[in-house]
This record gives sequence, C-alpha cells and structure tokens, in this order.
Amino acid sequence: MASNNAKRYWRTNLKYLAVLLLIWFAVSFLFGIVFAEILNQFRIGGFPLGFWFAHQGSIYVFVILIFVYVYLMNRLDKKFDVDEI
Amino acid sequence: MDAQIWTYLLVGATFLLYIIIAIISRAGSTKEFYVAGGGVSPIANGMATAADWMSAASFLSMTGLIAFMGFSGGQYLMGWTGGYVLLALLLAPYLRKFGKFTVPDFIGERYYSKNARLIALICALFVSFTYVVGQMKGVGVAFARFLNVPFDTGVLIGIGIVFFYAVLGGMKGITYTQVAQFCVLIFAFTVPAIFISLQMTGNPIPQLGFGSRGPDGVFLLEKLNQLSVDLGFDSYTAVDQNNLVNMFFITGALMFGTAGLPHVIVRFFTVPRVKDARISAGWALLFIAILYTTAPAVAVFARTNILNTLSNASYEAVPEWFTNWESTGLLSFEDKNQDGIIQYVADPVVNELQVDQDIIVLANPEIANLPAWVIGLVVAGGLAAALSTAAGLLLVISTSISHDLLKNYLRPDISEKGELYAARIAIAVAVVAAGLAGMNPPGFVAQVVALAFGLAASSFFPAIILGIFDKRMNKQGALSGMIVGIIFTTAYIIYFKPQLGGPGLPENFWWGIAPEGIGTLGMLVNFAVALVVSRLTTAPPQEVLELTERIRTPRGSNNTAAAIH
Repeated sequence: MASNNAKRYWRTNLKYLAVLLLIWFAVSFLFGIVFAEILNQFRIGGFPLGFWFAHQGSIYVFVILIFVYVYLMNRLDKKFDVDEI
Repeated sequence: MDAQIWTYLLVGATFLLYIIIAIISRAGSTKEFYVAGGGVSPIANGMATAADWMSAASFLSMTGLIAFMGFSGGQYLMGWTGGYVLLALLLAPYLRKFGKFTVPDFIGERYYSKNARLIALICALFVSFTYVVGQMKGVGVAFARFLNVPFDTGVLIGIGIVFFYAVLGGMKGITYTQVAQFCVLIFAFTVPAIFISLQMTGNPIPQLGFGSRGPDGVFLLEKLNQLSVDLGFDSYTAVDQNNLVNMFFITGALMFGTAGLPHVIVRFFTVPRVKDARISAGWALLFIAILYTTAPAVAVFARTNILNTLSNASYEAVPEWFTNWESTGLLSFEDKNQDGIIQYVADPVVNELQVDQDIIVLANPEIANLPAWVIGLVVAGGLAAALSTAAGLLLVISTSISHDLLKNYLRPDISEKGELYAARIAIAVAVVAAGLAGMNPPGFVAQVVALAFGLAASSFFPAIILGIFDKRMNKQGALSGMIVGIIFTTAYIIYFKPQLGGPGLPENFWWGIAPEGIGTLGMLVNFAVALVVSRLTTAPPQEVLELTERIRTPRGSNNTAAAIH
C-alpha cells in the first residue's frame, strides 16, 4: 500500500474513533454522572432519565458503538484494500 | 424434590459437562495451549470472554451492592462494561495483528527492552494472582453454603476441577469450557429475574419491568423511592451530588482497568483475523450486557421486596426463608426495643435488621417463592462464574511464567515441547498456590482487587495505547510513564486503605476520590510523564517504527502469527 494511502486510511480510522469515543464519554460520564441530576427531571417510561443512563442506557449504547465500529472498519478495510481474506 | 437434591444434581451435571469438554479439546502445541491455536470463532470467543469476565463477584455480590447503593451503584454497571468499547476500538484489533501471545510480549517488543517486559510481567502476575485468590474463595463459600461441606473442602473440589481442565487443555480447553459455563451462568441469572419481573410488574423482560407499574398502578421505582424515603434511606434513583467526582473517577478506573487487564486482553489473541478481534469484543459485550442490564432490575425488585415484606413486620410472622438465612449469619435481627416488630430504617441506633449484600442474588428465588430447581440453578451459575474466571486467570499466570519469563527472559533456547511442559507445570503450581491462598486468605485479599484495577489502568493501558497510536513513543517514555503511574497509584491506595495498614483518613482523599478510583488519575499521570519524557529523548529505532506501521493495517495477520511458530 502506498504510504499516502496508508496515511489516509489511518486518518479516517482516527476520525471514526474520535466520534465514537465522544459518544462513549457522553452517555456514561456526562449523561450517567455529571448531568444525571438535570436529566432526572425527565422520564422515559417509569425511569428518571439520568438514572436510566447510569443503569441501562449507557450499556446499550456501548454495545451499539462496537458493532457500528466493526461495520465502518470492515467497509474502510475493503475500500483501501487492506482487508483479510 | 427439595432444593438440596436439585443443587447436587445440577452442580454435578454441569461439572461432568466441563470435564467432558476438557477431554475433547486437549491442547497439543504451545500455540493451542496459549491462544487455542488462534482459530476460535468470534461468537464462541465472545461467550468465553464474557464467562471469563463475569466473576463470582459479578454474579453474587454486584446486584446486592447496587440494591443498597441505588443510583451510585451505576459506577459498577458502566465501569465493568464501558472498558469493552475501549478494547474493541483501541486495543484488540492492533494486538491481534501484532500476533503474539501475551501483553508482556507486546510491551517488550514495542519498547525494545527486556526491562519493560519484566515490569509488565510482574504487573501481570500480581494483578492475576490477587484476582484468582478471590475466585477460589468464592468457590469455597458457594460449596460450603449449599452442599454442606467445610469451606476448605469446597476450595479443594474447586482446585481439582480447574486443575483437570486447565492443565490438560490450556487455552483451548478453557475456552470451550467457558462457552458452556457462560450458558449455565446466564441462564441461572436471567431465569429467576424473569419470574420475579412477571410477579411484580407483569412484564417478562426485567430490563423493562423495573421501569413499569406494579399491580397497584404505581411505577415500581416511584414506590421504591417512597418506601426508602419513608424509612430514612436516600431516594433510590436520586443523584448523590457530593459523591459525583468520586463516582466519575471510580467509573473511569474500572473502565480503563478492564481494558488493561491481561486476562481480558489475551482473549483477543485467540481469534483468526483482525476483523474477528473487533467483532469478538462486540459479541463479548453483548453477552456481558445481558447480565449487566438484568442486575439493576433484580436489585430494584429485591430491594422493594425486602422493604415491603420485612419493614414493620412482626418477627413471629416472618416468611420461612428469613429463618433459613438467619442461620447463615447473612441476615440478622436484634430486637432492640423488645416490641417483636422488625424496625428496618436508615438510623443505625434504631435499626434492628442487618442484611448482607450477597443475600440478594442467593435468597432471591426463595424470597419470590420460586420452585426448588431454580435455587439449585443459581448455585450452579455462581460456581460457573467463579470457575471460568479462575481458569482464565490461571492461564495468564502460567503463560507469564513459561512464555515470558522462561522462554523470553531466562532460557530462549528452550524447545517447544519443553515450553509446553513448563506451561503445564506452571499452571499446576499456580492452581495449587491460588487454592491454598484462597483457603487461608490474607485479610486484605478483597482490598487488593481495587489495586488490581488501579494497576491495570495506570500501567498497561497507557503503555499499550501509546505503543499503537504514538509512533514517536520510545522506551524511555513508556518505562518512566509506567513506573510513575504504578508507584503513584500503589502509594495512594496503600496510604488510604486501613486494611493494608495505611494511615490515611477518608476526609483527606484528594478531591474526595476513594482508592478504588485513583487508577484514573494514575493513568493520566502515566500518559503525561510518558509523552514529556519521550519528546526529550531519542526516537525509537527504525524496525520499531515499522512494527507500529504494520500493526495499524489488518492484512497479513496470519503471516505475522505464523512467523512466530
């Protein structure tokens, strides 16, 4: 792989990581802890929202984040022709 | 049939299953012994990782902790799951491409230094050993309580079982046994939860049930909040503002610690390709999430049940399970004002009831009047959780000794046969040592688990991340970062843990951070020191730059691995 391509592949990977990790940080540390008190004023079904993020929501988002990353990277590997057979 | 017979039957049947699997999947080479031949399917590896991860503590104690902590208990739920996002995105694919067997392998080669390998090796041994001793203790407790054998005998039976399949099968035997253990433990955890959710809310899905209305039309959480406040406890869902910084740091330390634990990382060396390593972390977290999203629901059901049935109940009229559990000492009632009524309130002077957190999962089937076989199932599940975690940890210990210490440090000329032999001896010694330590636990074992997470977060995590994402990172930077991180974290934990002989008082915690959370700060210190030192010293050699370049793209992962053996 030409080194220019390698750089572009890596930069795209870093961009995906930045966005996904931002979401990771937001749902747990921000919604589940720092802003939980404010979010608790809202409800989702019988759950106060901040409590729901700390005890349920953040975990669901974590699972989704990994599968999204897998999808994005498999696509990227193919595009840059570095995927495995 | 009564619960006792069901317990013997289910525990016996599951143990037989584990042994049969172990015989079928014996290891024949070092590669099979260390990484199961590198050919495990991602879903199977996900299940094995989940079983490896969920310990006796996750299965038995965590739900109880949450039931008594309420909102703040979320630190365990987020902390012990969020690390898998870091693993899948930042570590697993690159370490799989690197293609060797252990974390010290990576540290030693990426930082072209035997000393770095040795530091990583010592940390890996310490972290894994403290952890495994706790599991052995868990096995002993479970046996003692349910099969009426002495605690020591319980530990011995545990040693026997793990010895058999870990020594014989290595990673291959362990992985396939763990798949079976995952199925047992997740079934054992969710079945009672579904029954109880149906009973209390009419909704069979516990994750939705605890946000639903009870038969009286009131939301379950609102009812629990009301009950708690009436008895002087904190409202269950309310945020504890004074504890926010601490909760933030503990959540972080558990997440970064998870992503740095050697026995978790090594799982991603067992799959065939880089893309399998990524998806495998996803499967693992999905399987873990089944338990981790059910646990907070069980916590709410159990807490509500206990407050409802026991508070202000007449002692004469308590249900049968109450008397059963009183004899174990996990539940105790002292009638301070001699009125024959149970006063269960927050005020310690008036309160008459002590409830141990472990009782929540163990007694839950009885509290909810579930059939006897469910009780046997819960015991089999708890044992599966403890055994699978113990086996995974023991493998890391034996690999560290035979591969990292012997093959790569002391005797590089050892043959593959000799190394496999050494690995088997090492795991045998490790099983027995862990069992003995578990029988006779130094009082501080439970306390040092905090140290295990803190050390993993403040030593391995930054060193691996920088090794992948920062090409300029060199030996000097990584080494000084690890050393400062380890010393800082260890010093803080020992100073503020009275059980470890530390003189520190909770009111002097830095920004209110408990020792359990200091790993987050240790990790940041490690990153800062490593970055500064590396920029002031010489760049790493050309072949290390090429290694860093190589692990960043997936293609050719099989060749990297094949080149080793």
